[in-house]
Amino acid sequence: MAKITYIEHDGTEHSVDVKTGLSVMEGAIKNNVPGIDADCGGACACATCHVYVDAAFEGKTGEKSAMEESMLDFAENVEPNSRLSCQIKVTDELDGLIVRLPESQH
Amino acid sequence: MSDLKAKVVILGAGHAGGAMAAFLRQAGHEGPIVLIGDEPIGPYQRPPLSKAWLKGEADADSLALKDPAWYADNGCDLKLGVRATGLNRGDKTVTLSTGETVSYDILVFATGARARKLPIPGADLQGVLELRTAADAEALKAALGEGKRLAIIGGGYVGLEVAASARALGAHAMVLERETRILARVACSQLSDFFIAYHKARGVSFELGVEITAFEGEGGHIRRVRLADGRAIDCDAALVGIGAIPNDDLAKDAGLECVNGIVVDLDARTADPDVFAIGDVTHRPLPLYDRQFRLESVPNALEQAKVAAGVIAGKPPLTPEVPWFWSDQFDLKLQIAGLPFDADTILVRGDPATAKFAVFHLKGDQIQAVEAVNSPPEFMMGKQLIGNRKAVSPERLADTTVSMKEVIA
Ligand SMILES: Cc1cc2nc3c(=O)[nH]c(=O)nc-3n(C[C@H](O)[C@H](O)[C@H](O)COP(=O)(O)OP(=O)(O)OC[C@H]3O[C@@H](n4cnc5c(N)ncnc54)[C@H](O)[C@@H]3O)c2cc1C
Ligand code: FES
Repeated sequence: MAKITYIEHDGTEHSVDVKTGLSVMEGAIKNNVPGIDADCGGACACATCHVYVDAAFEGKTGEKSAMEESMLDFAENVEPNSRLSCQIKVTDELDGLIVRLPESQH
Repeated sequence: MSDLKAKVVILGAGHAGGAMAAFLRQAGHEGPIVLIGDEPIGPYQRPPLSKAWLKGEADADSLALKDPAWYADNGCDLKLGVRATGLNRGDKTVTLSTGETVSYDILVFATGARARKLPIPGADLQGVLELRTAADAEALKAALGEGKRLAIIGGGYVGLEVAASARALGAHAMVLERETRILARVACSQLSDFFIAYHKARGVSFELGVEITAFEGEGGHIRRVRLADGRAIDCDAALVGIGAIPNDDLAKDAGLECVNGIVVDLDARTADPDVFAIGDVTHRPLPLYDRQFRLESVPNALEQAKVAAGVIAGKPPLTPEVPWFWSDQFDLKLQIAGLPFDADTILVRGDPATAKFAVFHLKGDQIQAVEAVNSPPEFMMGKQLIGNRKAVSPERLADTTVSMKEVIA
């Protein structure tokens, strides 16, 4: 279990417990956090699960695959701390993770 | 006019229905939600059934849209294993297979589509399978394994994905297709040529332009597929993957207009203001292409669920999305955006021999559709350009030394 805080673009916070092994995207969908669409259900095919990872956790969320890198390159409003949340596996180390959501996923 | 306290009854607890319940709560809807589904389990994702799940790379938990407790915790009465059997729009009630009658303020059809059957002798033999539900997928998985021979009737996406997964499990896969090319209804011939070669190189065999006349068995179990030319193809199981038919019968019987699916407007509403329809069961407007069409994809189901939830909860309208779809086969990721309606030119960017290329369908200097194989930039940029209708330069688009960010005319 890791506590993850998703912060919507308008500032609304959702703190939920997510089972380790799930992805950060699945944690949002299962808890009905608005703002992550996840059209492709985690196949790294849609970039509608885009999040900004809090600076304190950037080193702990794993490396981006070439596919993720390439999808993000063309997503909107991308920042250096942008990630596709379906590609971040939840580990105990991520307890306390904060991710911010973009204004829109489309 | 929206009423946040309205009782919303959703027929069909699939991807669209499950997402609808979730989006209603996200949009602030407070009234009761009743979600009625005839499958034994709650809403789940179907795409992995032919891909990651079939290969054993995803478990049932990860397929479920929500944890089982979510529904009760969120005021959603999930009725499983129950079929809606009648609709009375006059007194706004639905009859269920349990004999119960449920009243509604707002009704949402999310009944999806069912696998098309092949009405030939032997279709009821054991081992003649289809793939639409998790239960179907369990039966298919049980029929696969080292050395097993699977005959796949129909070379569409589901058939090809299953062929690739079957190979990964050590089974033999033979695709039997009536048309002279695979993916004939859903992709261009360049893509068909590429996919058939890629599959063949990985041990899938194909028979094109063949008609199947019977499934033949012994002891009630399928043993071979009989072709019209007299040949027989031996197999241990056969998967019929020849498309899907919308579950619109209930709507039709209740006098709602259906044309290969329930006709809805851009708000996902039928001609009855209290009845919506979303997902695979709808015949919906495609504003980018100026026509009505039936789509079968998760992004479409999610878009319509979100639109309908927003309309019911009185939210501002959303911008229509560009239709899109994906398919995973072996190590290939195919991403398709748009639909090739009215296209006058087909342009290939990149070299199919490298398994990294994209096919663009242009109408003049506008992109109508893109089919991208292992090419996320082409897909992502193509999808944006389809949506914002910006003109591109075909010469630059065909030139891979020009980046996708620089192809705008
Ligand atoms: C094997 C497979 C692979 C796929 N791969 C992809 C893919 O890669 N990408 C993609 O975008 N899409 C894919 N799809 C398509 C996608 O799954 C569908 O577009 C999506 O499920 C549509 O959602 P829906 O809710 O409209 O229909 P469904 O998910 O089919 O849900 C409809 C539900 O309603 C139930 N129902 C029907 N009638 C009644 C009734 N009278 N009473 C009660 N319940 C009823 C049905 O049993 C079903 O549970 C795939 C589909 C399959 C089968
Ligand atoms: S859910 Fe589609 S890319 Fe993450």
